[in-house]
Amino acid sequence: MSDQTLLKVTDLQRHFPFREVQGLKMVRATVKAVDGISFTVKQGQTLGLVGESGCGKSTTSRLVTRLDEPTAGTIEFEGRDITHLKERELRGIRRDVQMIFQDPYSSLNPRHTVGSILSSPLKVHGLHQGKEKARVQELLELVGLNPEHINRYPSEFSGGQRQRIGIARALAVEPKLIIADEPVSALDVSIQAQVMNLLAKLRNELGLAFIFVAHDLGVVRHFCDQVAVMYLGKIVEYGDKKKIYEAPEHPYTQALLSAAPDINVARGIAPKERIRLVGDVPSPIDPPSGCRFRTRCWKAQDICAQQEPPLVTATAEESTRAFREGGVHLQACHFPEVKTDLVAEVEHSA
Amino acid sequence: MTTTPLNDVMAEGDPAQTSNVEQVPDVERPDRWWQVVWSSRKARIGIVIVAAYVLVAVFAPLVAPHDPLDSSFTPLAGASGENWLGTTTDGRDIASQLIYGSRISLLVGLFGGLLATMIALVIGMISGYAEGTIVDDILSFITNVALVIPTLPLIITLVAYSEVRGVWLIVGVIAITSWAGGARAKRAQIITLRNRDFVTAAKFSGEGTMRIVFREIMPNMSSLVAAAFVGSATGAIGAEAGLAVLGLGDSQSVSWGTMLYQANAQGAITQGLWLWVFVPGLVLAILMTGMAFINFGVDLLSNPHLREDA
Repeated sequence: MSDQTLLKVTDLQRHFPFREVQGLKMVRATVKAVDGISFTVKQGQTLGLVGESGCGKSTTSRLVTRLDEPTAGTIEFEGRDITHLKERELRGIRRDVQMIFQDPYSSLNPRHTVGSILSSPLKVHGLHQGKEKARVQELLELVGLNPEHINRYPSEFSGGQRQRIGIARALAVEPKLIIADEPVSALDVSIQAQVMNLLAKLRNELGLAFIFVAHDLGVVRHFCDQVAVMYLGKIVEYGDKKKIYEAPEHPYTQALLSAAPDINVARGIAPKERIRLVGDVPSPIDPPSGCRFRTRCWKAQDICAQQEPPLVTATAEESTRAFREGGVHLQACHFPEVKTDLVAEVEHSA
Repeated sequence: MTTTPLNDVMAEGDPAQTSNVEQVPDVERPDRWWQVVWSSRKARIGIVIVAAYVLVAVFAPLVAPHDPLDSSFTPLAGASGENWLGTTTDGRDIASQLIYGSRISLLVGLFGGLLATMIALVIGMISGYAEGTIVDDILSFITNVALVIPTLPLIITLVAYSEVRGVWLIVGVIAITSWAGGARAKRAQIITLRNRDFVTAAKFSGEGTMRIVFREIMPNMSSLVAAAFVGSATGAIGAEAGLAVLGLGDSQSVSWGTMLYQANAQGAITQGLWLWVFVPGLVLAILMTGMAFINFGVDLLSNPHLREDA
């Protein structure tokens, strides 16, 4: 695994302005969907973005892929600033960054055959000229589909098979980074495992980097190297998978992990410590002052409302350890505290 | 399709088998579009009717017993072996006029419908794909204006003030006065299609806007386009006849509308020439009914819920 940085995102921000009529007044407001986040993805690495609905995961993936333009911050791909490139200039980037979609039913054009769907990016980029068909069949084989099905329509495939076609399309242009936006959440649980294993296999064989957006913590643990936990448009905790799952420091991460179903309870082992969050996620139009999580946090004190906690290493030992071992672990809480007993020690085999 | 037994069974949920090739059972292909249209009894009737009209129009010189403009017959004759539907006040054969008149109606229907559909398609697609931009605002405004202008008075005014009176003028005028509704529908349709993931995926493939609009999106609205075409063709046929009845038709050619105009002007009803009045009106009504029936079949394409078990 090379240490070369592929994608560098700095202070990324996306505010959606909107106008609303309240009585006789016109009120201008902004939805702060993504409010200043930074992360990097190195070659061949996988970053997992987790968080509740509406925390800005999908907006982040739309910004990174430049389907949407950020209101502030920078996105660098292989050292090149792509933050404000125009559609035409993005052509080159489109080859290197591909996307896998959540819904395999709307991501494939029902009027085109599999062969046509997969050869379209090849034709646009002039790849494998004259040998498109062979390449398409190779791609189908790569994702575990029968290459003879090249002339079939998407409606003839099941959800899992359609998702494989979507994956094959992303691979067609030999990208370096794939953004997967909840790629398995629309599939049956039994099929999820197959598709995840396929993604893991492809990642290892082709050396791909991934940004993996998901709300399923189990899937993220299985697949990712680094994890960023998002809450209301901010990253609240960021670090190696092992750290996040086994020694989470931010109360929100702890609450998320605690909320995940635990097989041990079913086995009769005494339930671990449970954290129950109260209340709803506040509106991103008018987020709480200071720490955004304070309205639902059991540790909240006065300072949490006054000062926004920065995303830093929790302790001095932690930062020396991170320096020594290379595993960064950042969190944004005024009162970080390690909890180690939230997740059972049953490691998934990758 | 060759299948090795090893690959044949794909135990769901067993990740160990993911490297195998998944087999897709040979499901029945969805019906092709003509099968869907043909499956509707109404559409079958409509197709037969329109096909009969098309055959008559194409082979008019063979079918018609006389030249429609030949005025050498006995005026005001009743139906006979020589003149199947009798003759007009100036001695022309009504049956031959009727047969040649189908050419004008179908021509206006075909080209008026095509032109109106094309204008609607281009304006609707651009406006829908550019939703929310100034381009969309301008095109939507034009569409709205065209929608609220009363069509018939506008057509009459345009035709009355134009110097030439030909079929092509009628086609053009009908097209530019009847595209707005179709453009509206297509704009709405493209807005829903534009946000589908496959359009985003096409962007990721590096496809340009034109390619996305015409290759990715348009095939998904072909049934809507077909329905709009049949609808505007029907409207165009009716509009042509209406204009001709009002005396705004092409006086050089014979159409059902001009026949009705002549019949009215010559006082056919007071003279007891019922066939002269009713037969052109009847064939026109049957043709438009046939086309409306075809649209029942086309509707099945865009809305599968309507498909009957036939």
